[in-house]
Amino acid sequence: MLRTVLALTAGGLFGAGLMVSGMTDTAKVQGFLDIFGSWDPTLAFVMGGALLPMAFAWRLTEGRKPAAGGSFPSPPSAELDRRLAVGSVLFGIGWGLVGLCPGPAMASLSYNGWQGALFLAAMACGMIAAPKLSRHLDRGAANA
Amino acid sequence: MEADWIWGLGGGLLIGLGGAVYLLGNGRIMGASGILGGLLDGSGRNTAAERSAFIAGVIGVPLLIGLLTGSTPDTQVTGNAGLLVLAGLLVGVGTRVANGCTSGHGVCGISRLSLRGIAATAVFMLAGILTLAVLRQILGVI
Repeated sequence: MLRTVLALTAGGLFGAGLMVSGMTDTAKVQGFLDIFGSWDPTLAFVMGGALLPMAFAWRLTEGRKPAAGGSFPSPPSAELDRRLAVGSVLFGIGWGLVGLCPGPAMASLSYNGWQGALFLAAMACGMIAAPKLSRHLDRGAANA
Repeated sequence: MEADWIWGLGGGLLIGLGGAVYLLGNGRIMGASGILGGLLDGSGRNTAAERSAFIAGVIGVPLLIGLLTGSTPDTQVTGNAGLLVLAGLLVGVGTRVANGCTSGHGVCGISRLSLRGIAATAVFMLAGILTLAVLRQILGVI
């Protein structure tokens, strides 16, 4: 029960933050990526604002346990593999094309019209298809 | 328009606070693509309740804010259906293959100085920048 309440709270803060920050405005996101056009720096402030509490939170994990039980994530892997590279390139192209990434696509569902719903549906299909490409890339790496 | 950066910073703090609650409370990394993708491909079956609750918050709170204030932000999203489908597919496949997006690799990864998070963020931002440079500045099609 506590896990569910905390997850709902975290999701609510995340959604509210995305909504008020301007990150569901695709013109602002594309404006940030459009460095050769009229550059919009808002996303840099959003990222900076988000990193502050998160960096503090990672500090607080040291020597503690999560409030709702279980354990904290293990230290990050330093392995840079082809899945990370190929996936990030595909994601970046899609992000640039429309200006939506997964968080804002969900947060704006209630006010982003049929366009937001169509994007989210296509994104869900992509997510369901993704394990096939992941396995393919893993096999390729094993054979290389 | 001058206040955009203040809203950006304030909204960013809320995003980071959400990530902090998910980490310190449930011991999980707040990655939007991982939380949703795990539900869709079945890999997150054992944690379906907390994943669903998180998504309910992400979608529900903006809906509630919209109902209470009577106003929602302008999204300026394209009306090109083909482009929306193509971009959605790329974002869905890409974030799951790379195991993270702007929230998981970006916010949560960079804040713990994860090499994978920093590298992924650099790559997807560069890919986005090149997409805009070619398709908007050179070809003028998006």
